[in-house]
Amino acid sequence: MNARLDEIWVYLSASPLLGLTLTLLAYQGAVYVSRRCHGHPLANPVLLAVATLVSLLWITDTPYGTYFDGAQFVHFLLGPATVALAIPLYAQLARLKRLAIPLLGALLVGSLSAALSSVAIGGVLGASKATLLSLAPKSVTTPIAMGIAERIGGLPSLTAVLVITTGIIGAIGARYVFRALHIEDDGVRGFAMGIAAHGIGTARAFQESEQMGAFAALAMGLNGLVTALLLPVLVPWVLS
Amino acid sequence: MIGAITLLLVFQLIGEIFARTLALPIPGPVIGMALLFAALVARGGPSGELRNAAQGLLQHLSLLFVPAGTGVMLHFQRMSDEWLALALSLLGSTLITIAVTALTLRVLSRRRDLQSDAP
Repeated sequence: MNARLDEIWVYLSASPLLGLTLTLLAYQGAVYVSRRCHGHPLANPVLLAVATLVSLLWITDTPYGTYFDGAQFVHFLLGPATVALAIPLYAQLARLKRLAIPLLGALLVGSLSAALSSVAIGGVLGASKATLLSLAPKSVTTPIAMGIAERIGGLPSLTAVLVITTGIIGAIGARYVFRALHIEDDGVRGFAMGIAAHGIGTARAFQESEQMGAFAALAMGLNGLVTALLLPVLVPWVLS
Repeated sequence: MIGAITLLLVFQLIGEIFARTLALPIPGPVIGMALLFAALVARGGPSGELRNAAQGLLQHLSLLFVPAGTGVMLHFQRMSDEWLALALSLLGSTLITIAVTALTLRVLSRRRDLQSDAP
């Protein structure tokens, strides 16, 4: 019996099926819990799903690489999903044209704030150089941030984790910031969430309203562009 | 559905080729997004099929971050060594950025109403 189980485990742990299925199951479970909590930002689906998977992998002593062999199919979809952001963006075309200058101003300020404040706080508290370089692109969506980290000498896989943590912090914390500052406009809220908390903030914003989501998607896309252009120039200068 | 997914992948592919041939620091999918946006402006909007596919994909955007997020287990050592700097940096920087961006946009757009667009 035990030998049989071992055999099944050997098969499953070598096939991508398990990693892929577990990712989807963990996500479905996380979404269920999040709904039961009426979408409360603390019950963040990414946070819940990641916590479940890490615990499972840790208990079964499965290396991340084995898991990722299956999960990479989901990870791959980040590319087409990034391209698909053009569609909600297009839906905001009229508003974009009208607000081009305020949006560009907020984009530049937000983009610089995200990179510089993270490096400054981390630096003051004594983080190592590799950590600081991995922190700098933390507000940009994962595929872009990993590309930037590689370029400026950070650790791309650490960046991915910091990016996702940032997204979760932004998705959870944004409402408290808005409440404290009396920011009520959906467009302004969405844009700030997209700049600071990329795709996870955007996913959160879409839960609130279509307009908030579209502004967040716009901010995320623009911030990706601006940060990819600015950081490789800015970071060596700041850290020297 | 398949048509729309093919279109998204084609734009991503063009974006990647662009990024690599011109050695741009911008990742391929972002260039793909910009190109698709330009195509939509030129064409006057997405087809119903493309809109549905995009909506389906973006509705579950959170799912797509789960595999990379699970990579946290590779970095437990570094993170436990530098946890205070990391935690305060991420928390402080993210909330500061949300506040600064929202305030800047509010001040700059004061005279233009974000909400009322049309009729």
